[in-house]
Amino acid sequence: MAQHGIKAHEHKLVPLQTRSERPRSTSISDFAELSNRQEIWRYLPMDRLQGLDAEVIGEVSRDELSITLAGTVTASWIDSSEPIVGTAGLPEDRISAIAWTNASKTLLVEVPADQEIAEPVFLTLKLEELAAKALHIFVKVGANAKATIVLDHIGQGSLAENVEILLDPGAKLDFVSIQDWDNGSSHVSNQLTRLGKDSVLKHVVVSLGGDLVRVTPSVALDSPGAEIQMYGVYLADSKNYFEHRPYVDHIAENCVSNVAYKGALQGAGAHTVWVGDVLIRETAIGTNSYELNRNLLLTDGARADSVPNLEIETGKIEGAGHASASGRFDDEQLFYLMARGIGDTEAKRLVVRGFLNEVVQKVGISQVEDRLIASIEQGLEKAGV
Amino acid sequence: MTTLEIKNLHVSVDTDQGKKQILRGVDLVVKSGETHAIMGPNGSGKSTLAYSIAGHPKYEVTEGEILLDGQNVLEMAVDERAKAGLFLAMQYPVEVPGVSVSNFLRTAKTALDGEAPKLREWIGDLKHAMKNLRMDPDFTERNVNEGFSGGEKKRHEILQLELLKPKIAILDETDSGLDVDALKVVSEGVNRAKEETGIGVLLITHYTRILRYIEPDFVHVFVAGKVAEQGGPELAERLEAEGYDRYLKTEA
Repeated sequence: MAQHGIKAHEHKLVPLQTRSERPRSTSISDFAELSNRQEIWRYLPMDRLQGLDAEVIGEVSRDELSITLAGTVTASWIDSSEPIVGTAGLPEDRISAIAWTNASKTLLVEVPADQEIAEPVFLTLKLEELAAKALHIFVKVGANAKATIVLDHIGQGSLAENVEILLDPGAKLDFVSIQDWDNGSSHVSNQLTRLGKDSVLKHVVVSLGGDLVRVTPSVALDSPGAEIQMYGVYLADSKNYFEHRPYVDHIAENCVSNVAYKGALQGAGAHTVWVGDVLIRETAIGTNSYELNRNLLLTDGARADSVPNLEIETGKIEGAGHASASGRFDDEQLFYLMARGIGDTEAKRLVVRGFLNEVVQKVGISQVEDRLIASIEQGLEKAGV
Repeated sequence: MTTLEIKNLHVSVDTDQGKKQILRGVDLVVKSGETHAIMGPNGSGKSTLAYSIAGHPKYEVTEGEILLDGQNVLEMAVDERAKAGLFLAMQYPVEVPGVSVSNFLRTAKTALDGEAPKLREWIGDLKHAMKNLRMDPDFTERNVNEGFSGGEKKRHEILQLELLKPKIAILDETDSGLDVDALKVVSEGVNRAKEETGIGVLLITHYTRILRYIEPDFVHVFVAGKVAEQGGPELAERLEAEGYDRYLKTEA
């Protein structure tokens, strides 16, 4: 965990040569204070952090997190000093280290090996005050088990969070993280995942509300045959700043990764940032990887930044590709729909719903899909679209 | 009985080189039950006429009138024109990702009728129309025009024509890119719509081939944004034999 050279990045923007060189540490002092001059904080509206960058912050209390278990899944609060904590990954940035240091307890959710859990597990965090708080969640899915876990963030608050997800060999997990905060909320979430041999993770990020929401899901594919599907869908209005930075680290052979994030933006000041990093290391022979981000800007004054980064250190791969596009309503699509009698508003809704549908359909949990569709409808109505 | 009247229509489009006039005074009357073929060389303004009637924002009407049963079409929004009974089968139908054919058709039908169609009846009509056009039943689950072959796109346009039951249909080069079998299927669809609802048809085509299957009552030859000559079906036969050279020479 040596952090040589990290201080060098404090006062000037020196890009790291490769994504894997980014330092990892649980210690706050190993990371420079936040500045827009650092690439990872480049877009962040610092005035909306609401204390999340302070070295000492509070901790989420048990009664703020309600848990609906399913089948044989268990949940318990353990000391964050337990050895399991940190086995899925370590912080790569200062706020993640702050969350790590300030969360003395960790919620451990365990799916026993060989269990197939039909119903989803719901973890619902509801905050009702703005004081900055830390939360650490660890999800462990045993070998050949199968489960679905939905982590929901609602209410009004200020949260620094680490979520660790560890899949044993052959495990399958659908994990959904929903950020549906009321206005005035800030949330920085680092989601670290490690996949065992032939395990499959579907990781879905749904961001619908919050003044500042930053989610950085990363996966270390260091066991052969593992597969990750990373999906994201977001709907930002003029109050929202949403930042998503998925990172896929291909280390072992024959792993598959597919990243697809789609967002719609409306209203002056709506801002979304997507930075997708895929690293295919020399050892990752037979990798198959694709990342995509598309943004639909519904009104003037919204801004979508989209940066796909693909680093490939071996030629012996199945495939690697990326795509990124941000654009306005397609006039030809609207004309086609309207020429069939469909009114302007309804036509725009069809186009937006259709645009987001590709990812919404991937969620695969009807309660979440329904809520997402309702939220999209509501958002469009509010914008007068 | 419906009448579409086009009077002295002048239309321009914006290009990188500035405004370009395409239609230079078109006069045309299409009534229910009539089939008018609009023929002409490439660039003569046939498609511009089609899109101008449908109300595509790219085309600016600088002079003249379009009336549907005396109502001013030019004052109507695109969807209002469809609601008034106009339909354009497009030459290049666009993809609408994430919107299924089934959802699209039902939304359009609901918008046109002002109420949702009765489910059982609607599904019956849809199945029947698709069978007639020899379309696969799972076609409705696909996204609108996404990954459709040329033939599928045109069948999908005619499927809409049959289900949405307009008063006047404009078919913009519906025959282009179709093989003989697909052309027959599509033409049968148009003929069914003519028989069943007595629609007026404005059939835009470069070639006479489709006129063997959809018989026109009138043929209008478009050259340089105007009707250069008009007549009955025999005019199409003459064009088949002589081509458009005769008109182009007189223009030059």
